Amino acid sequence: MLLSELAARAKSEGVSLGQMAVRLESIEAGVPAEVITAKVRSMLKVMKEAVEEGLRDPARRSRSGLSGGDAAKVARRLTLGKCFPGNDLLARAISYSLAVSEVNACMGKIVAAPTAGSCGIVPGTFFALKEALSLEDEALVDALCAAGLVGQVIAEKATLSGAEGGCQAECGSAAAMAACGLTQMGGGTPEDCIHAAALALKGLMGLVCDPVAGLVEIPCVKRNATSSAVAIASAEMALSGVRSFIPPDEVISAMAQVGRSIPESLRETSRGGLAATETGRSVASKFGSVSSTLDRQG
Amino acid sequence: MPGLFDVLGPVMIGPSSSHTAGAARLGKLARILLGEPPRAATITLHGSFAATYKGHGTDLALVGGLLGFSTDDERIREAFEHARRQGLGVTIRTGDLGNVHPNTVRFDLVGANGKTLSMAGSSIGGGKVEVFEIEGLPVSISGERPTLVASYPDRPGVIAAITAVLARERINIATMRVTRSGKGKTAIAVLETDQDIPEKVLDEVRAIPGMDDTKVLRPE
Repeated sequence: MLLSELAARAKSEGVSLGQMAVRLESIEAGVPAEVITAKVRSMLKVMKEAVEEGLRDPARRSRSGLSGGDAAKVARRLTLGKCFPGNDLLARAISYSLAVSEVNACMGKIVAAPTAGSCGIVPGTFFALKEALSLEDEALVDALCAAGLVGQVIAEKATLSGAEGGCQAECGSAAAMAACGLTQMGGGTPEDCIHAAALALKGLMGLVCDPVAGLVEIPCVKRNATSSAVAIASAEMALSGVRSFIPPDEVISAMAQVGRSIPESLRETSRGGLAATETGRSVASKFGSVSSTLDRQG
Repeated sequence: MPGLFDVLGPVMIGPSSSHTAGAARLGKLARILLGEPPRAATITLHGSFAATYKGHGTDLALVGGLLGFSTDDERIREAFEHARRQGLGVTIRTGDLGNVHPNTVRFDLVGANGKTLSMAGSSIGGGKVEVFEIEGLPVSISGERPTLVASYPDRPGVIAAITAVLARERINIATMRVTRSGKGKTAIAVLETDQDIPEKVLDEVRAIPGMDDTKVLRPE
């Protein structure tokens, strides 16, 4: 299905994009709408817990020792009032996105949205905006459904897999989903929402997937934070009436085409980009020598 | 178009849907196919699983799955400790399993009562998995639908007997595949169904004369 069709249908039926997503899923899965929203609500709860967990213990590190503690650094600067003036929403979104991604790296519980590697962007931006606008949970549930709908269209027309399309397919898609949800929570029309998604996808188009030592840590954790900033910028533009000159569905097709053009070395194989730097390679070689508990047993 | 929950979710223990969530699912499928709690497991990791398992916690997830943990079970982080407490001995090794998906694992299991299982499967992305070999025989099991896995000595009439039970219980077969090691030798039938297969129905299938072993995999 096309985003333009979905937005037009939502407008003519007088529903939000999120409600449209629930209607479609209800028909497809053959279950009542309440079952769908209950499941989304339970995911939102896990997302909220992940934000909180990620800020709880600044000393917690991932199994590799490569991730942890950065969400707390940004949160502390925010608490001390040291962030750039008027930048609270962005700083909070950055901190929350890092928090969720660090929880993921530390084998905590997260919701893949759309993937585990990009799991910080949607909850990070959503809960930051919730606090800024004092939104009810139900607004976030509806926005999460709208975000999901954008992801569904990208999955159908392009890909959500870093191995297939690079990081633009993971963090880029997550930013597009988040931008759509943020725009809906900001009072935007379905048309505004799909343009926000397109603007975010354009902003991150071509982003490669180059994880150091093959782990979902460097640069994934921090790319979640920078992608959240793109999502917020895109929502601000769309809510101001800015439009993507290239229609959203064409942007998705372009992303798919770009993904196919990205060399294999930059699609999750850890053979190029940051993974192939001197430091990246030294981490990878060091990492291979780390012994797990079970090796001693076996 | 993929469903809403193909994009949102799974709810999982990080850090990777393919290297952690999919690994836990494969472990759990192996436990169910073994049919009893495992007491010894040799786990062979191939390709990307072999290269990155320590950092992704793939080993923890596989062992967690063998202990019956779901993808979102936080006990996965301490899976080795739980394995020790439950008397499961684990050997992890890496190896070349041939021309298979990069994220592939083989389990060689011994159960508490002496049952054994050899199973190979791949984590094919987004937490989805495919079991492609049981006891050396080619199969294709995703675990996303209720799945009946029956093994028996190859002879005429067994498939008819199984499908008769399902038909009587109004359980619709979505897909079906039968494979065997040779004429008259061990055969495995895998039937995916649209409705759940209750224990009562499973008992009826188990009661078919000559049936060795029958399991049901249920989606979570």
